[in-house]
Amino acid sequence: MCNKVVVVHVPDGFLDVPTSLATGALAAGTVALALRKARTELDDRTAPLAGLTAAFVFAGQMINFPVATGTSGHLIGAVLAAVLVGPWTAVLCMTVVLLVQAVLFADGGLTALGTNVTLMALMAVVIGYGVFRGLSALLPRTRTGLLTATGTAAFLSVPAAALAFVVLFEIGGTVDVPLGTVAAAMTGVHLLIGLGEAAITVAVVGAVLAVRPDLVHGAARLRTATPLAGRPAAVMEGAR
Amino acid sequence: MGAAHGGALTARYMPGGTAVHRLEPHVKLVSVLAFALVVVATPVHAPWAPVAYAGYLLAVLTAATVAGVGPGRLLRGLVVEIPFAAFAVLLPFVAGGPQVEVLGLSLSRSGLAAGGGLLAKATLSVLAATVLAATTEPRALLRGLERLRLPQVLVQILMFMIRYADVVGGELHRMRVARESRGFTGGGLRGLRVLGATAGALFVRSYERGERVHLAMLSRGYTGSVPTGPPAPVAPRSWAVALSLPLAAAAVLAAGMLAG
Repeated sequence: MCNKVVVVHVPDGFLDVPTSLATGALAAGTVALALRKARTELDDRTAPLAGLTAAFVFAGQMINFPVATGTSGHLIGAVLAAVLVGPWTAVLCMTVVLLVQAVLFADGGLTALGTNVTLMALMAVVIGYGVFRGLSALLPRTRTGLLTATGTAAFLSVPAAALAFVVLFEIGGTVDVPLGTVAAAMTGVHLLIGLGEAAITVAVVGAVLAVRPDLVHGAARLRTATPLAGRPAAVMEGAR
Repeated sequence: MGAAHGGALTARYMPGGTAVHRLEPHVKLVSVLAFALVVVATPVHAPWAPVAYAGYLLAVLTAATVAGVGPGRLLRGLVVEIPFAAFAVLLPFVAGGPQVEVLGLSLSRSGLAAGGGLLAKATLSVLAATVLAATTEPRALLRGLERLRLPQVLVQILMFMIRYADVVGGELHRMRVARESRGFTGGGLRGLRVLGATAGALFVRSYERGERVHLAMLSRGYTGSVPTGPPAPVAPRSWAVALSLPLAAAAVLAAGMLAG
């Protein structure tokens, strides 16, 4: 029997009503913006492709990895989705996954849906994708560079979402918990989960990069850097 | 398959014909959301808060009984809050303020109230949401969200996800069977490369399926929106039945506020 550490699915009642309303408004605004921007990433294919990617993220969250003795974490998939299909579509996919988990599995409260979208669809994607873009601009335009940027982004996205929760809890929580204690406890566990997240994200992006590099949204720069190689003359001769 | 989410999205649905099953999905959604709002709005540190929680519990258990949702189903629904229960249990140890001695441990008084309150609120809301999920089919919930004016594109993304979650999950399952029949035992870092390749292949297949589905839909006249008929009118009685849950909770809250 292993315990599951599901990352920050905030239930109802953890944050007070004003904070829940504020994060709800922020989440609604972000999703509205993402709905318009995702069309530039996927044009009229938005609905089927984002839906299938959301189903993939949902299935991918079933892959567990060990965090510490007897405890396992699972993939969040925010950076994975952002690197594969682009940040705006990733926001939509994560939102839909969270909505399904809240409505069909009572996982994450209905009044806390805005908070969960803010943490896992907004913070994890924005910070993760920001780190990814920043690093991939600095690192060499190679497969290794891209995967390093992906791994670092995936690793940081998990504690970033956890820290954002700590800040929200400080603003809208109902207890006078010393900020440092909560932050330390949350960050410690989530750094470990971040390692697993990074390992799986790198493995998946690496695998997709090997077979269909054209499907990796974050590798668009990589594609322009490596033009199609011509067939060597010797092979042409052999083919005849 | 992972036990956490179950293989199918319909894992939580229990077919039935009770009064709660027959309610329109959007009416039920509004009811559960309103109930959760009342629960969240209850002040944690009020002396009458535990009595109010008991009142809410009575209301939601009554709803579960009417819906024919048994205690086993409700308990299984509560599994999702375990990580946050751990967080709530830690609060009395780390919170500040006046301390009380319990079994030789020095605990924060406000931490105890808050930790207990958080746990109670989360549990009550999860119970209500479990009743909703057990009495409403995923597709019906989707229609409910649509009637509550969720943006069209989001509704369609949800529709595709709900329709294809089983297909993608089934693909993952067949890949696992294939792996294990070739002697893969998994676990540890060595297995990670294999699992990474599996998930990568799963993404490529999901994405390509999405492209095929889109083309198939275009060839059948898809214009960017899925036509649905005019929404059926809702009888006032449905609203009255559904809203009795949050109204009962609100009555408890109001009584507590007046008495306290």
